[in-house]
Amino acid sequence: MDAAERTRQRVCRALLDDLDAGYGEVVREYGGVVHSVARALTRSAADAEDLTAEAFLRAYRALAGYPAERIAVLALRPWLLTVLRNTARNAARDAARRPAGPPRYEPTERELDPGPTALDDPADHAERAEAGRGLAALLARLPEAQRTAVVLRHALDLPIAEVAQVLRVGEGTAKSHVSRGLHRLRALVTAAGTEPGPDGEPAHRVLASGRRDR
Amino acid sequence: MTTDDTTTDTTDVDARLLAGLAGLATEAPAGLPDAVFARWVRVPSGLGDVYAAATAHGVQFLRPAGDAGLAGFTAAYRARFARPLVAAPRPPAGLLPALRGRPGRGPALDLTALTGFERAVLDATRRIPAGQARPYGWVAREAGSPGAVRAVGSVLARNPVPLLVPCHRVVRADGALGGYLFGAPEKERLLRAEGMDVDGVADLARRGVRYLASDTTTVVCFPTCRDARRITPRHRHGFGTLDEAVRAGFRPCRTCRPAGAA
Repeated sequence: MDAAERTRQRVCRALLDDLDAGYGEVVREYGGVVHSVARALTRSAADAEDLTAEAFLRAYRALAGYPAERIAVLALRPWLLTVLRNTARNAARDAARRPAGPPRYEPTERELDPGPTALDDPADHAERAEAGRGLAALLARLPEAQRTAVVLRHALDLPIAEVAQVLRVGEGTAKSHVSRGLHRLRALVTAAGTEPGPDGEPAHRVLASGRRDR
Repeated sequence: MTTDDTTTDTTDVDARLLAGLAGLATEAPAGLPDAVFARWVRVPSGLGDVYAAATAHGVQFLRPAGDAGLAGFTAAYRARFARPLVAAPRPPAGLLPALRGRPGRGPALDLTALTGFERAVLDATRRIPAGQARPYGWVAREAGSPGAVRAVGSVLARNPVPLLVPCHRVVRADGALGGYLFGAPEKERLLRAEGMDVDGVADLARRGVRYLASDTTTVVCFPTCRDARRITPRHRHGFGTLDEAVRAGFRPCRTCRPAGAA
């Protein structure tokens, strides 16, 4: 049994013991993973925090209606990430219904440079912000499934089977989302590196001449 | 040579790309637990011990500890607000003084789960001072829906934060105290404990008096208004309706607003 499964069993036991107190374990254990994916699904750090909280509330509401047998075997991490994606999709739909809403999946200045967080060492932060800002912006140009697949596999190191569960596709399709996403990202990074300008033409040119995506 | 360069470049790009992606894993936001969990406390009040649940925005739910205990409170909270509830290290700021009956603004309230009308009703009710009472119709008018007298009763019967929003101070227009979500005897006990002259108001109501006016100030008030209680018997005039008082030359009080905002 691997570490992830041991964690899952411990958290599920805590939930069965006391749903509300056990949910503290859920948030402690999976808050980082859910937030990391939320960052890739939103335009700003503040939106990501709201989305993370909203997803955890929706997940709690679902759990409150589940029988104990179902909670005992629930694959918590991919299930939470599925709830997160559904929450993001609903939020996007709501935003689209509102007139003159801004496009959902487009990075803003704030996303590109979210500023130092309390836990960060400033010098360390500056360096990582430099690398991260470009990458987050380029990542935002990927279709949602590819973007999520790349983040799950390469930022969070999830096994491909779990990536497939979150995306609700087979493992083969999940693998192809990861590799197509990575390929596209590599092209974007290369293009962004060869010529200046965060939204410069080169990236688009590389995209257009890149491998055909379905 | 050219081929070698390309290979090196690609490998370098891949390594940087994967390192960059690994760096996108982040911690949970510091405020996440506060945004997700509500916290409960058990504290003393005029209704005996009560449980109160608060989010980061304020107190959301308050009920007597009673027989159901914490399990009953948690179940009622979950059914109504569907948010995980855990113990709070200390009561929210302002809760204890408010429940001890200290005047003041009281703790922040989280009324976000309510409709606009429900919020308006609770806001109006919250403005009734201790030891005083206002009819349901007054609350309806102050809430901006003069016709919704019965609806006010329904909203107050579900008041999520009794005592903090003093729904026990809302009474029937005929002078009877009316119902209360924890029973009419508790309502009467709370009003007496706050210093309201429950028997005096009942006496007046029996004689058909629902407003008191002073011929020295020429102001007409609800009987429990601070200003009405200062009127000496010699200068006191009782009226059954506000119209009669106004026709007799009295002006509606600006403190207890028997005629509403107009």
